[in-house]
Amino acid sequence: MPEPEPFEPLESYGEEGRAIASTGAGGASDLATAEAETLEQRPSVDAAEEAAGGPEGAGPDKKARSLWSDAWHDLRRNPVFIISGLIILFLVVISIWPSLIASGDPLDCDLSKAQEGSQPGHPFGFNGQGCDVYTRTVYGARTSVSVGVLATLGVAILGSILGGLAGFFGGAWDGFLSRITDVFFAIPVVLGGLVLLSVVTSSTVWPVIGFMVLLGWPQISRIARGSVITAKQHDYVQAARALGASNSRMMLRHITPNAVAPVIVVATIALGTYISLEATLSYLGVGLKPPTVSWGIDISSASPYIRNAPHMLLWPAGALAITVLAFIMLGDAVRDALDPKLR
Amino acid sequence: MAEAILEVRDLHKHYPLTRGIVFKKHVGAVKAVDGVDFDLAAGETLGIVGESGCGKSTVAKMLVNLERPTSGTIRYKGEDITTMSPKALKAVRRNIQMVFQDPYTSLNPRMTVGDIIGEPYEIHPEVAPKGDRRRKVQDLLDVVGLNPEYINRYPHQFSGGQRQRIGIARGLALQPEIIVADEPVSALDVSVQAQVVNLLDSLQSEFSLSYVFIAHDLSIVRHISDRVGVMYLGRIVEIGTDAQIYDHPTHPYTQALLSAVPVPDPEARAHRERIILTGDVPSPANIPSGCRFRTRCWKAQERCTLEVPLLAVPAVFRLTDSPAKHDSACHFAEEKQVVPPEEPEEP
Amino acid sequence: MLLEVRDLHVEFHTRDGVAKAVNGVNYSVDAGETLAVLGESGSGKSVTAQAVMGILDIPPGKISAGEILFQGQDLLKLKEEERRKVRGAKMAMIFQDALSSLNPVISVGDQLGEMFQVHKGMSRKDSKAKAIELMDRVRIPAAKERVGQYPHQFSGGMRQRIMIAMALALEPELIIADEPTTALDVTVQAQVMDLLAELQRELNMGLILITHDLGVVADVADKIAVMYAGRIVEQAPVHEIYKAPAHPYTRGLLDSIPRLDQKGQELYAIKGLPPNLLAIPPGCAFNPRCPMAQDVCRTDEPPLYDVTESPVPRASACHFWKECLHG
Repeated sequence: MPEPEPFEPLESYGEEGRAIASTGAGGASDLATAEAETLEQRPSVDAAEEAAGGPEGAGPDKKARSLWSDAWHDLRRNPVFIISGLIILFLVVISIWPSLIASGDPLDCDLSKAQEGSQPGHPFGFNGQGCDVYTRTVYGARTSVSVGVLATLGVAILGSILGGLAGFFGGAWDGFLSRITDVFFAIPVVLGGLVLLSVVTSSTVWPVIGFMVLLGWPQISRIARGSVITAKQHDYVQAARALGASNSRMMLRHITPNAVAPVIVVATIALGTYISLEATLSYLGVGLKPPTVSWGIDISSASPYIRNAPHMLLWPAGALAITVLAFIMLGDAVRDALDPKLR
Repeated sequence: MAEAILEVRDLHKHYPLTRGIVFKKHVGAVKAVDGVDFDLAAGETLGIVGESGCGKSTVAKMLVNLERPTSGTIRYKGEDITTMSPKALKAVRRNIQMVFQDPYTSLNPRMTVGDIIGEPYEIHPEVAPKGDRRRKVQDLLDVVGLNPEYINRYPHQFSGGQRQRIGIARGLALQPEIIVADEPVSALDVSVQAQVVNLLDSLQSEFSLSYVFIAHDLSIVRHISDRVGVMYLGRIVEIGTDAQIYDHPTHPYTQALLSAVPVPDPEARAHRERIILTGDVPSPANIPSGCRFRTRCWKAQERCTLEVPLLAVPAVFRLTDSPAKHDSACHFAEEKQVVPPEEPEEP
Repeated sequence: MLLEVRDLHVEFHTRDGVAKAVNGVNYSVDAGETLAVLGESGSGKSVTAQAVMGILDIPPGKISAGEILFQGQDLLKLKEEERRKVRGAKMAMIFQDALSSLNPVISVGDQLGEMFQVHKGMSRKDSKAKAIELMDRVRIPAAKERVGQYPHQFSGGMRQRIMIAMALALEPELIIADEPTTALDVTVQAQVMDLLAELQRELNMGLILITHDLGVVADVADKIAVMYAGRIVEQAPVHEIYKAPAHPYTRGLLDSIPRLDQKGQELYAIKGLPPNLLAIPPGCAFNPRCPMAQDVCRTDEPPLYDVTESPVPRASACHFWKECLHG
């Protein structure tokens, strides 16, 4: 990741009125490494931005702004965020109201049309059971998106709280938690799924989500613990403590914003793997069960026929790929926006 | 000497060395600070110098209560801050603030300058009413020589010297009486160091501050300090006024340290004797018996192995009036001039 | 002449434009001579050295003009393969941070010995003996016992000695030391600096000492080149520059150092900040910070004037060098 090219206040302090910009290291890392003796790295002037006095705050402005409002300001102008946001918005909308764009019933199948290709009114063709692939793909968004999002949320919240506390307080709690994490890491996901989920009879998505959270939190917990420990050692945390700041203040104001980025990145990547894990578990017969409609189930059931009727596989798989990509792009954009050094 | 507002007595900080994860076994201790005493008078600057690993930064952290001492007391206006209740401590913290060494890590990169300097007011809301804070922050920026309009910028938009000014402004926000500055200029460029040292100097008289100024650079310490303490391996080995320490050092370590400072003048070097110490500083986990400096000292004798020299006026100078009459922890203290007497500056 | 840098220009292409890190640097070092290159961060002193060593990252760096003559041969015209043979064998570099310059998982003996195995094709056993000899030479006590130890088992001063040993291994003719003692304590600094100076005399090497510390320089250098914004602003023999600087920047630097033997009330401070390399001020780059600046300084870039007054040559890039030198 290239280092930031921040701009520098043009007016220099002191008695003289002349503008002196400071140097450094434009493309800063390059010159900073070049000037290896750099006892002091100085940010460089983003001349263009400074001259334009862009609304981005190059000039002095009167309104106090927070990190989050700045991040939002950045995100709104980021095409990656806009595209991925629109895709995700679309997915969420059709997850809630699939009938908006699909009039049929995903469970209304006609075996005589099995594996047939595209037809008027059935643009994606039919699957092995003769169900309309288009309708099933639309309806499948609901399960896939909700499993992915809910599992990721659960994993991220549980993992970062446990890992964050372990990193912040250290000591016995940290040691205990690390051992627990090791135990969970030792459980093979598929085997664990076969054992745990086979005893569950519910046909809702909750057991699957619960299982993913149970096995997924140690991953986030490790990341969160590591990044909290790194952030905790910075002098600004010590500075806050020297001011008399409470633990909660240091955690929320100083450590969390500086430790959250890796969690966001790992979580968005994990989101994709959870959606595909759901498919794997469904294929093995322990995840979701028909009549639930899910891309995972459709991909598994179409996979034996990939030579004869690839459309049965490609449409749900394509939807899956786009969804996963959209979430990863979103995560990337959010991470960049939360880092003022990249502005 | 004026009344002491900070009295440090017999301060120790030992970090235990342990082995094993489940059953921890103590195998020793790193004695980072091992018996430090000093007073800080109101309005004065006490410089503490020493090499890396001598414990000077640990002392700084204990003064602002970032580390709890293993034993010893730190009295602020007579009250021991090491045993205070958290509530009383919070009030004391207002009066003892710290300026950190590294201006790149001591400012939260995700907060604006306004938030950073304003944070002390959020933690101690009684100092400034809410509506007043923004103006106060701008005043502080002005005091440390930064444009008050930079309030919404982020730290990375500033150079190292400017960032250190921001750190100083944060330290000043609560109108403390004492500022503990831990190597405040050592990360800065030479030409910027002078600006920051001058700023600290002028702030001292403006706000009647007392400084504990910690550094490894003896020339900067001399410039800013009224009194200087020299630390070696967790202890102060010599302490006195700047003239006593720089012009009349009696401890061999101080003499070696002074003579090793490169003087930017090839002519002056010619008539300077240089004492080059052999070897390295011993590990604080394994401090030599008796005098801790004896392993590198050219004067060491058997007595130094057996008997710990105390920090007091050496017997030879006790009855004299010479400037060498100041505390020095050496059995064989003698005066030795290492810094050539002041010469008029070149035209 | 051992090394001659002629009109060297180095640029860095960044997102914001072209940062001119080095803008026409000329300097030379003879065998047995020590040249100190003095400057603050961003002055281009390290970039110049990296260009000489051929370890500049290209891109983003780019040598846009100039020659680097080593024993009369222009290094910039050599192929990378030939260049590599020069590096290590004929010129070597010592870095500031010895801990990160040494590989933490290889013993120091093996790291030293590797030089002989790679460049001289020695056997493992011979190269180990050589490694011990080198460690002795840089006065590491008990070299025989310590040869199998790892970098973290050595103190900072000892590690810097190992770096020096490594640089000396193939008896190069030129050593470039980039802030070799900045990370060390004062008492150790003196030891290391003395060692370096002594070995240099012994082996009659050329030494380029890059530093920001005028104190260190005063003790060992023969001549000094002061850099500012990628240019040499003053070049002079060491005694003369301290006695009477011929450039206001040098004078400012000298005045802003707090001195052990002088307790002044206020330190002289050069106002303002070092220049932005993306937008170096027109005219003299130092003019916005210069107490002597006149209109001409804002428009005309001063050439490096010959300001020699004694038998040894010196130069200053200031329109008002006479006033600076004498007043």
